Amino acid sequence: MDVLNNNTKSQVALLERTVDDYKSDTKPTWCPGCGDFGVLNAIYNALKAKGTDPKDIVAVSGIGCSSRLPFFVSSYGFHSVHGRAMPVSTGIRVANPDIQLIAFGGDGDGFAIGAGHFVHTARRNLNICYVIMDNNIYGLTKGQTSPTSDLGFVTKTTPKGSADAPLNPLMLALAMGATYVARGFSGKTKELADLILQGMEHPGFAVIDVFSPCPTFNKVNTFKYYRDEAIDLPEGYDKTDYIAALAAASKHDPYYLGVLYENRDKATFEDHVAATIPAERQTPEQVLNGLFKKFS
Amino acid sequence: MVAMAERPTMTEEQTLEQRHSIVIRMGGESGEGVKSTGELFAQVAARAGFKVLTFQTYPAEIKGGHSVYQVRLSSEDLYTEGAALDILLAFNQEGYDKSYEELHDDGLLLYDDGAVTDFHYEQGGKRALALPMTKIAKGELKFELGKNVVAVGMLAALFGMDVEPINRLLTEKFLRKGEDVVAKNKQAFQLGFRYIEESFPERANYYLKAGAVEEDSIIISGNQLLSMGCIAGGCTHLFGYPITPASDIMEFLAGELPKVGGAVVQAEDEIASMGMVLGASYTGKRAMTSTSGPGLSLMVEMLGLSGMAEIPAVIVDVQRTGPSTGMPTKQEQGDLNMAVYAGHGEFPRIVLAPTDVADCFWRAIDAFNFAERYQVPVILLSDTTLSVRTQSIHKPDLSKIKLIPRVLYDPTASANATLDQHTLSTPVAQHGNGTLPENDGEGDEVDMELAASRGFELYQRYAVTEDGVSPMSIPGQAGGQYTSSGLEHNEFSRPRYDVINHTRMTDKRHRKLIGAAQNAPEPFRAGDPAAELGIITWGSATGVAYEALLEAQKQGVKLDLIAPRMIWPIPTQQLDDFIASKRVIIIPEVNFSGQFANLLNTHYRKDFVRLNVYGGAPLKSSLLLAKIMEYVNH
Ligand SMILES: Cc1ncc(C[n+]2csc(CCOP(=O)(O)OP(=O)(O)O)c2C)c(N)n1
Ligand code: SF4
Ligand SMILES: [Mg+2]
Repeated sequence: MDVLNNNTKSQVALLERTVDDYKSDTKPTWCPGCGDFGVLNAIYNALKAKGTDPKDIVAVSGIGCSSRLPFFVSSYGFHSVHGRAMPVSTGIRVANPDIQLIAFGGDGDGFAIGAGHFVHTARRNLNICYVIMDNNIYGLTKGQTSPTSDLGFVTKTTPKGSADAPLNPLMLALAMGATYVARGFSGKTKELADLILQGMEHPGFAVIDVFSPCPTFNKVNTFKYYRDEAIDLPEGYDKTDYIAALAAASKHDPYYLGVLYENRDKATFEDHVAATIPAERQTPEQVLNGLFKKFS
Repeated sequence: MVAMAERPTMTEEQTLEQRHSIVIRMGGESGEGVKSTGELFAQVAARAGFKVLTFQTYPAEIKGGHSVYQVRLSSEDLYTEGAALDILLAFNQEGYDKSYEELHDDGLLLYDDGAVTDFHYEQGGKRALALPMTKIAKGELKFELGKNVVAVGMLAALFGMDVEPINRLLTEKFLRKGEDVVAKNKQAFQLGFRYIEESFPERANYYLKAGAVEEDSIIISGNQLLSMGCIAGGCTHLFGYPITPASDIMEFLAGELPKVGGAVVQAEDEIASMGMVLGASYTGKRAMTSTSGPGLSLMVEMLGLSGMAEIPAVIVDVQRTGPSTGMPTKQEQGDLNMAVYAGHGEFPRIVLAPTDVADCFWRAIDAFNFAERYQVPVILLSDTTLSVRTQSIHKPDLSKIKLIPRVLYDPTASANATLDQHTLSTPVAQHGNGTLPENDGEGDEVDMELAASRGFELYQRYAVTEDGVSPMSIPGQAGGQYTSSGLEHNEFSRPRYDVINHTRMTDKRHRKLIGAAQNAPEPFRAGDPAAELGIITWGSATGVAYEALLEAQKQGVKLDLIAPRMIWPIPTQQLDDFIASKRVIIIPEVNFSGQFANLLNTHYRKDFVRLNVYGGAPLKSSLLLAKIMEYVNH
């Protein structure tokens, strides 16, 4: 900013957007007290801080309570099908790398039905900021166990307690090559907004797993639970240290909040795709005529 | 098996009568050069002025198993791979065992000397000739792998082919591997050619008249030409997952789409492929995936999203023998039901089917045009036979290509501009704003205060129009923001759950099919429109039906034939009169249940005569001819 002269600076100020510019006129459909409100709030603030024109943003999601979020943002949106936010995001980014892509979904959407896509999107390092609203339960289908529910967690489908060990989203993201890995809490929206802003500015696949309680169906992992169970990363933590990140991600009682890992040096999938495109573009007709020669 | 039979011999007085076409089959161990010999021979023959049409079967495994490559040559146009064999070239014992019975009574068996030793079938009038292919390759040529080119040289000499254009072909083909390789291959060809000239004086009996060498002739497979049709159709992005027999489309385009600024991405599965297609198409790109039955099965949920959210998508399904993994390298037209009906709930989609290799090009262009024009998924049904069939055809005339763009949102356009649904003319950008309705409790609630502060005149992504097509905005376009969704929605893309809205939107979406049917590509048509006996068929069975028709006509039978190239919606304008005017209609198809016949029966309430083969091989025209004859005076 310092390189801008005063004149330009004032123009920038004029163009500055407000939080309201990112709100759509659709009212959120969530239950009162749902953690996802905090995430939405953080999104608005992060978008305002980033300042991207809503017309240049696409918010993509799957299906779930959390996946309804794109409807509440004034940008373009794509509310796809359960578990498939990542492939849709990939198609968008490959076809138009100028789009600011933010993806949303739940723990079921991202780590059960969509787990395969999560793995491969991380591996490709696409420039996507993916916010998972992790409530350790299936909200929209009214309270069944999820991949992040604890072992022994009692739900309607697991009346004697879940027999599945929980999945650790951050360990998975790190193992699969995500280049920005963070954890937030919807009870701390200011910090969360900052994590999301950094995630959007990160050149590569940014994963932000957010503790976002479902007061309606999950009576265990509540706001109070996470206030007690989650603490900030220790002072002096080095987010470029991959091994330290793995250790921090694996920690529970308490969990860490913050940016566990960031690597800005890895090329993105979009970079690789761009590198395959020759400087001299051809028209389809030129390509076809070349091919006809080959097949004559 | 009969004990070691006597080695058969040539008898000089036997001659092969001059035929309209010659069918030559090569058979041997898969991975041992059957395919490369066949391909090279087909190219050589095309260069020498012949019309060529090939057929191949190969095992699903990479190495081992029996593989067949069949080439049919003629100076005239060809429609099928032919039935009985004129020449069988056996590379090993199995090559003899598996195909000898299909050899004409006066056919010629050629075999690599020493590779076939057990001649257990009755020889009858068939002749045999041992060719020292391996011997020459190992001996004089000192390059065992050159055996295939030696074989091609032998065949070229047998048919009296002109060497000059062939030499040019060999140079072009091998030049990028170096001058040495060119020389070695030419020598191999020469050695084979000379061998026949010097040691087979009765070769003149096999000389086939070549046609004129045509400047605009290309020799190409269905999958290759289909891929080129996608380029011609403006496709820039393909997302796919490897599967036989569709993989080579993806591989082909991986080399070409970057040249036009696009990309090919190998997804983690077919669900992802389809999701990526929808993502790319949402941004305004012409995007596709190519797959076969198992892949299409996985894509079905997304097919519905494409229909519901009205996002154009092209899905190429190269059908193979199902169900489940089935027989991956074999022929079937068994995915018609899935293409037409797959998915929960109801949504519009368009199904097209090319009738031959050349048609693959034009139907691929259509697929993109229909997808864009109607904002629906389009499934292009090819099949194994077409995919690997190599045929010499005229180069498609690129000046005939017409691209139909998407109807785009433009708030400055006239609100009254409407589209003519009766033509596929280029649509103009459309004004698409409307007034946001008040809340009524049957969907997401609108913050009226916030809405008022921005003005109620808003973009309607799903504006209800006469032809069902609503102008689409593209991310990056100011004022065009909306959230695309598979949830039922109103014009403004807001989730809605009321009866009136769902009824209206279902109607709107399905209205697209009216225009689509009216704009169906011309069907394949042949025969006598006044005939009482008719054939309806589709896809690669069309060539078989046409060949049967030509033969029936020779025998004085009056017969009519139609093969629609749009399967769904049913192109009633093309079929109504045909179906009403026939006494008997035969529907031949390569599937068990008669899927097209069932579809037409549901619509027309007419009993058709069905002819179904479902063993994994293409239909034979002789079988259809027999069926026709049953009904001539019936
Ligand atoms: C293919 C498919 N299977 C199942 C469903 C039903 N379903 C909708 S959302 C959901 C899980 C929601 O849980 P989560 O992703 O954690 O989101 P939350 O509602 O908790 O935010 C399920 C199973 C569906 N929509 N589609
Ligand atoms: S069910 Fe749970 S996750 Fe869904 S909106 Fe209600 S509180 Fe939120
Ligand atoms: Mg959840």
